[in-house]
Amino acid sequence: MTDMENTVFQYDFILKGLLGCLFASITAGIAGTYIVSRRLVFLSGGITHASFGGIGIGYYAGFNPVAGAAVFGILSALGIEYLAIRQKLREDSAIGILWALGMATGIIFIFLTPGYAPNLMSFLFGSILTVTPADLISLGILSVVLVTYFSVFYRTILYISFDENYARTYSSSVNIFKYFTTALMALTIVLNIRMAGVVLVLSLLTIPPNIAMLFTRNYASIMRLSVLWAFAGSLLGYVMAWFAGIPAGAAIIFTLVVIWIVARIITSIIIKIKKRVKNEL
Amino acid sequence: MSALIEIKNVTAGYGSKTVLEDISLQINEGDFMGVIGPNGGGKTTLLKLILGIVKPAAGYVNYNETLIDRRNIGYLPQISQVDNAFPLIVKDIVLSGLMMHKKPYGRMERADKERAEKIIHELGLQGYEKATLSELSGGQVQRVFLGRALVGNPRILLLDEPDNFVDTTFENEFYIKLRELNSRMAILMASHDVGTISSYVKSFACVNRKLHYHPSPEITNEQLSAYDCPIQLVTHGRVPHTVLEKHD
Repeated sequence: MTDMENTVFQYDFILKGLLGCLFASITAGIAGTYIVSRRLVFLSGGITHASFGGIGIGYYAGFNPVAGAAVFGILSALGIEYLAIRQKLREDSAIGILWALGMATGIIFIFLTPGYAPNLMSFLFGSILTVTPADLISLGILSVVLVTYFSVFYRTILYISFDENYARTYSSSVNIFKYFTTALMALTIVLNIRMAGVVLVLSLLTIPPNIAMLFTRNYASIMRLSVLWAFAGSLLGYVMAWFAGIPAGAAIIFTLVVIWIVARIITSIIIKIKKRVKNEL
Repeated sequence: MSALIEIKNVTAGYGSKTVLEDISLQINEGDFMGVIGPNGGGKTTLLKLILGIVKPAAGYVNYNETLIDRRNIGYLPQISQVDNAFPLIVKDIVLSGLMMHKKPYGRMERADKERAEKIIHELGLQGYEKATLSELSGGQVQRVFLGRALVGNPRILLLDEPDNFVDTTFENEFYIKLRELNSRMAILMASHDVGTISSYVKSFACVNRKLHYHPSPEITNEQLSAYDCPIQLVTHGRVPHTVLEKHD
């Protein structure tokens, strides 16, 4: 490798990492706040694993596995939301079945695909190295869409997630907003699979809001703080992965969990000190 | 007293399930009506019919348009489904009562926020503007939702079994507050505790698939059974059978 090739490679690596971390943080921070506050973590796990079915079929049929995952993810998310609105579903069981069905379908089709599936590991555990410019562009577009959607319709989205039944008393478009938001959540999960992998992507969405909620109880602040914490954690994890030669997805999640633990300890010490000061006064 | 809403020969329900059959009711300015009846008898459906969420399968609901439209109705639902740990502060919950006056992309203006703060003060919740529901007592939570119903300055206030989650210390205060509000707006209150509310309401609507209007706050067990309204009349104090109006 010549010096120039090396420089280009490094530049590419840094740019991919920076943009990847930035877009992943924006999308995961916004979507994660929605998922955590609406208690949709298990549902999101179902969507993630269902989308693996799409990845497998994509490999087998020879089209972009991410596109396959997106179709599977969105359809399964909308299907669960539809059945839940109709109240015809024991949600947790249905999600469990969908979860397993997605994984089984994915594995069957990957095994049926002739030859070796080189990127399989990257889909399971994530790899920023295999992120293509197309992946980055779609994550970038999704970031813009999410930021715009949540700033324009902030109150409407917030109030529907808090008290859907009350929202129905003044709005006839509750279901449209629910479906659209759910589809965006599914898309966020699927596009971030490249970064963190099927196994780890859910933590990328759920840990940052949980760090943020240690500091604030205001939805908008949680969203902003989640994006910041996700960005800090993923950059730190990415750098660590680079120097230690370990997979970035795992390093990022590990960093985020450590941040969460440290933040928890610090905030609980602060609360204790505050209480003691109060008692002494 | 002018009529605000007229319900005429309405049959309504969910899908093929009829809950209310051929009911008629007129709601006038200054009304304070207790809506009583057994569980599943259609009390909530009646309130939702007035709100416009449940549509009549037959008959009509007529709003006196010079005085009221659907946006002038304040609603306090039974709130068991709400997640108290949801990261939403009291002020924002109260503000959500203004959403019927907003477009889906609407913003809250300074005047809206001042209105919410005023209501929060009026309901004795000052200091809790930035709290979430999980930090409040049951009675305080209820006042937050009452604030949400009142912030839009409604002409009619619909309360769905508010006595379900009132704490006893706040109960008396709550009914006194309602009486005060009644000078500004008509109130319909669904309840299963006829005894308690009979000293506050001015009339009753007995709902059990059919609706019977009873134009006075005094109601007897005999009348209730004639209305086909099988609820246990809880009596208070020394009055054994009939609940009479309080005399000062």
